[in-house]
Amino acid sequence: MSSVQIRDVRKSFGNFEVLHGVTIPIEDGQFVVLVGPSGCGKSTLLRMLAGLENITSGTISIGDRVVNNVQPKERDIAMVFQNYALYPHMTVADNMGFSLKLRNASSDEINKRVKRAAEILALSPLLDRYPRQLSGGQRQRVAMGRAIVRDPQVFLFDEPLSNLDAKLRVAMRTEIKELHQRLKTTTVYVTHDQIEAMTMADKIVVMHDGIVEQMGTPLELYDKPDNQFVAGFIGSPAMNFLKGHVRVNGVATFEGPNGVKLPLKSAPAGSDGRPAVYGVRPEHFTIADDGAEAEIIVVEPTGSETQVFAKLGGEQVVAVFRERHQFNPGDKVRLKPDPSLVHLFDDATGKRMNA
Amino acid sequence: MADVAIPRAKPQMSEAGAWAQLKHNRNWLGFWFMVPAMVFLIFFLAYPLGLGIWLSFTDTRIGRVGHFIATENYEWLWDDSIFWLSVFNTLLYTFVASAFKFGIGLYLALLLNEHMPFKAMLRAMVLIPFIVPTVLSALAFWWIFDSQFSIISWSLKQLGLISQNINFLGDTTWARICVIFANIWRGVPFVAITLLAGLQTVSPSLYEAATLDGATRWQNFRYITYPLLTPIIAVVMTFSVLFTFTDFQLIWAMTRGGPVNATHLMATLSYQRAIIAGQLGEGAAISSAMIPFLLAAIMVSWFGLQRRKWQQGENND
Repeated sequence: MSSVQIRDVRKSFGNFEVLHGVTIPIEDGQFVVLVGPSGCGKSTLLRMLAGLENITSGTISIGDRVVNNVQPKERDIAMVFQNYALYPHMTVADNMGFSLKLRNASSDEINKRVKRAAEILALSPLLDRYPRQLSGGQRQRVAMGRAIVRDPQVFLFDEPLSNLDAKLRVAMRTEIKELHQRLKTTTVYVTHDQIEAMTMADKIVVMHDGIVEQMGTPLELYDKPDNQFVAGFIGSPAMNFLKGHVRVNGVATFEGPNGVKLPLKSAPAGSDGRPAVYGVRPEHFTIADDGAEAEIIVVEPTGSETQVFAKLGGEQVVAVFRERHQFNPGDKVRLKPDPSLVHLFDDATGKRMNA
Repeated sequence: MADVAIPRAKPQMSEAGAWAQLKHNRNWLGFWFMVPAMVFLIFFLAYPLGLGIWLSFTDTRIGRVGHFIATENYEWLWDDSIFWLSVFNTLLYTFVASAFKFGIGLYLALLLNEHMPFKAMLRAMVLIPFIVPTVLSALAFWWIFDSQFSIISWSLKQLGLISQNINFLGDTTWARICVIFANIWRGVPFVAITLLAGLQTVSPSLYEAATLDGATRWQNFRYITYPLLTPIIAVVMTFSVLFTFTDFQLIWAMTRGGPVNATHLMATLSYQRAIIAGQLGEGAAISSAMIPFLLAAIMVSWFGLQRRKWQQGENND
């Protein structure tokens, strides 16, 4: 196990720069998730960490060693690929033991370590099978087994769950997290799925267009997104954004689209009249007499909660209620955002305005 | 059928006749779709093969219907040293040429699978020997290896390496080398392009995974590329061996089996005996004698290199 330091790393393909100076400190034993929409450079960064791509500038160190010019096999890392990259002509045991075989480990040693990894991942009955004879989840576990057997300094995961069906994905999520808690190996995990990021990470790095938008624990990102991009990316259903102006007139309020009045706990100094974006998470709406009037469009009950799509000041918003209201399309309701949980972003820069 | 019935005032619900039922029977329809291919195969493959085998048991000559003479042709061939020489030549020709075709073809395929400039053009160039008609390329080789006008002899003389022309097609050893060389030249593109197609089905992430696992370039080839390529190698080499074993055009255009029968293959000897000398029965026997060799080659590929367990379906344990 060891720490990983990514310092001001840039990557260009020809004249096209895809990473514009990324700095990410990763502590020993941390589970870090790089998350962002496709094309944000997260997979490229992971491949640079693995040594599969060159580093244009900046440094990457694993432990105390700068690895910019170190061969992939000397970096002591193991990677789980999106398509698992299992060797189709080798049995599960051979797949897992391949790296040890290449290092000329004795067959006793290989057997011992493969067996141990198989026990951890409940793969023991499958050791003689070929990848084709396994289900998606089993293949995924073999890919992890291949990583575990090597006992590396760092685990790298490149969207490992995106080829699995929804139910299996949830199960594997828990399994990977549990595995990390057991092995405590430094892990860098790339995904485009913010729920995976939220549920698994010690630290989330949100990337967008080749830069780091924000780093922090899952709840920090959820509670205090630095900018509108992170606010919209983290959380499901996504945060509602309403454009308008801050009004400070004794009490701070927000004047939304079509003059709808929305509550603010406080307004930043000198923000009176500033154009801004009002962000409220669907779960932070309540029904209250002093709320803003909205017309219900669609009601989607999921059992544990009910999603309500409504028009508020002419804009569509989503609200989520855990209580069971009797709503029908066309109904008028009064939606009130919880002022202490409201986010305010600068309209021009997208930066967070309120504390 | 429904749309036909709609405009009618009273759709007739009577039982469909036997013919109407047959018309919609998928197996019956399928049979008719297969007929053209079947006719083609029967007339142009099965019938000539059967006729050839039958002729080998007769003493048919051109212009005279033969009589059944059982295995007399084969007994005759058994004591014929030229026949045995042609068997030896054919085996030598096939083994040496196939081995080189495999080696060079695999090398070219690996080379063309790398990223390099003008890749598309290089791939097209590799195919050229395959496109040129065999007889044309054989004639070209005939000139290249000509005893008087050979460009090779001329070049070597200009370089001062030899003082006399090499008698390429007149010397038994040289003649064998020359026809094998021409066959290799012609056969390499088929092997190279087919193996290249196979190489491109190997997922690049396997190489990345192996590289992270610590494999060198050689180990990448040895443990990933080669095993994943074996099914294609088996197919392409079976074809290559069959084509080489039955080769006729190249030899006939370049040497006609000479000198002193040193390049006579079974196919050319069969042609010489059957068509030129008119002994159809004997020629057919020589041709039929190739069948066990060809079957053996197919068996080797079938049992030795057949689809591996890892390629088979998901439910096999």
